[in-house]
Amino acid sequence: MSKISQSFKNHKNFIAFVTANDPDMETTVSNVVALAEGGADVVEIGIPFSDPVADGPVIQAADLRALRDPDLPIESIFAAVKEIRRQTAVPLVFLVYLNVVLQYGYERFTADCEKFGVDGLIIPDLPYEERGELAPFTDKHGLDLIPLITVTSGERIPMIAKKATGFIYLVSSLGVTGTRESFASNLAEVVGQIKAVTDVPVAIGFGVHTADQAQAMADLADGVIIGSACVQIVADNGQNAPAKLQEYAEEIRAAVDGVTVEEA
Amino acid sequence: METEYKTKKQAGRFLEYGGQYVPETLMNELNKMADVYQEAKADPDFQAELADLLANYANRPSLLYYAKNMTEDLGGAQIYFKREDLNHTGAHKINNVIGQALLAKRMGKKRLIAETGAGQHGVATATIAALFGLECEVFMGKEDTDRQRLNVYRMELLGAKVHAVTSGSMVLKDAINAALQDFAARPEDTFYVMGSATGPHPYPEMVRDFQSVISQESKQQIQDQLGRLPDKVIACVGGGSNAIGSFAHYIDHPEVDLIGVEAAGKGVDTDLTAATIEKGRLGVFHGMKSLFLQNDSGQINPVYSISAGLDYPGVGPEHAALAAEHRAQYVGITDDEAVDAFEYIAKQEGIIAAIESCHAVAYVQKLAPTLPKDQVIVCTLSGRGDKDVAAIAKYRGVEIHE
Ligand SMILES: Cc1ncc(COP(=O)(O)O)c(C=O)c1O
Repeated sequence: MSKISQSFKNHKNFIAFVTANDPDMETTVSNVVALAEGGADVVEIGIPFSDPVADGPVIQAADLRALRDPDLPIESIFAAVKEIRRQTAVPLVFLVYLNVVLQYGYERFTADCEKFGVDGLIIPDLPYEERGELAPFTDKHGLDLIPLITVTSGERIPMIAKKATGFIYLVSSLGVTGTRESFASNLAEVVGQIKAVTDVPVAIGFGVHTADQAQAMADLADGVIIGSACVQIVADNGQNAPAKLQEYAEEIRAAVDGVTVEEA
Repeated sequence: METEYKTKKQAGRFLEYGGQYVPETLMNELNKMADVYQEAKADPDFQAELADLLANYANRPSLLYYAKNMTEDLGGAQIYFKREDLNHTGAHKINNVIGQALLAKRMGKKRLIAETGAGQHGVATATIAALFGLECEVFMGKEDTDRQRLNVYRMELLGAKVHAVTSGSMVLKDAINAALQDFAARPEDTFYVMGSATGPHPYPEMVRDFQSVISQESKQQIQDQLGRLPDKVIACVGGGSNAIGSFAHYIDHPEVDLIGVEAAGKGVDTDLTAATIEKGRLGVFHGMKSLFLQNDSGQINPVYSISAGLDYPGVGPEHAALAAEHRAQYVGITDDEAVDAFEYIAKQEGIIAAIESCHAVAYVQKLAPTLPKDQVIVCTLSGRGDKDVAAIAKYRGVEIHE
């Protein structure tokens, strides 16, 4: 079982997200460490992209801040991971658009993930049909290639779920990331369809921001992913974000732990 | 003898280019679209309805016009223009929009969305939405809504709602991002009418098919007029829809040279360019694997051309494949050369052609004199230039007050 799947053992999982280099790389390192200390089980680091089509306004704005200099080298993000690894063992996942991986080189990117201690990849523009070009490399370097399943995936669910490792990212609603007040009504049903074919844990994300929502989503699945709400804290607090993120993570942690865990 | 065109191996792929690099949210909808399209393609009723609209609404076939004055003035190859500028709405865009809108109806969709740069594709989509009684929303970068107010008003006049996109660099690529996002949020009642032979499968193939009417006609017309095929077929390339439509029926005739003309902006070797095939690298963006103007880290570059319709950082996957196989050749034309051609064709032939099309015309001006008189060039005039008159005047330092 991968380090990421392991992190779901015996409790509901809370996955937090920040964008690398927003507002600078040093703060990103502190943000990730703060989230881990506040109780996040996994931290997703978004590699900024010029055109983040799967993301809503909050993360788009973070990507713009992070790419003040569009020539930001990807090597600098691996250097930040190296620094994070000196301070925490929390499982790390990159949220990255495929073009960035392609330009760095599939072999080189996945090898560097292994070398610096990244545990998995979420690639929003790499659907099941195209994963074959990258999967040999993630397999070789022991990375989880975490798939997304949406409430409209329907008949596609079994094939996607069967190939999943790490966890399955269940998208709570149609459209892009961002904070929302309501979620698709068939989430529980979709979780059931996934559970029918795999033991890989399921975490729900897209739009979750309040502690109550986090608890409700964690209740439906194995965990909850909070992206835009974390990124908004960084937007509002800049270099002072780490302390605020830690507080927020503690609040979500408590909410998620309020959920009783069924014995397997 | 016809040789087999080798790039059509796998659905949605042209060599390694193409594919469906989109969020999972869109996969079911795109697969459904691909299936319905295959059915429609084989359905005589669909084809008959398409042919009827092309003939009786869009004003097809478009003329294949012998440019006698230019031929004499340039003193080389014989020059023919395929007059897509004479179509209803003034450009080739309508061919594709009619096809996709019919497909949308077949799929039971109630709402068409589209991206647009200069506004040509948006106007064409708004036009068909009005005709079919469908809702229409057009995404257009804020930079472009400011520059092209007349086209914004035109779309509104046709009943469409225009969204000024304020994310990213607020131009065409951002409008495509916004349209893809809207499509992902409302796939159940919405059809995204893609404006060029770009994006995820099935768009590149579908748009190619709908634009192929250009070369289907021109091949017949040149046979009728000269009893032979042309030596060169030339068209401008933004995303590549008018060019792929102009090439399609000649691809299997290797004796016909295919030439795509890209916008070099201030020059292919400057940063202010949109010459994707000459300067781009393999990448994945807007749902397709193709060639893109990008930096070393894989961030998509801002691009530049005087022509809003060619101002795109990528190119359709079939062009990337045709270039890789050396079946087609791609050249760059600068702003200055295109503006000169805009004036030249107006004075020589009495045709005000779109600044996009004038990139192709500028290359004809260069090429024709180097060829013997018995050679034949067919160049596509993708659109008419009324929309560009004010901008060209400004480029020449002439103040116009309306
Ligand atoms: C008149 C005209 N020609 C050409 C183009 C470029 O598009 P494509 O390369 O898809 O033909 C446009 C795009 O807006 C256009 O309006």
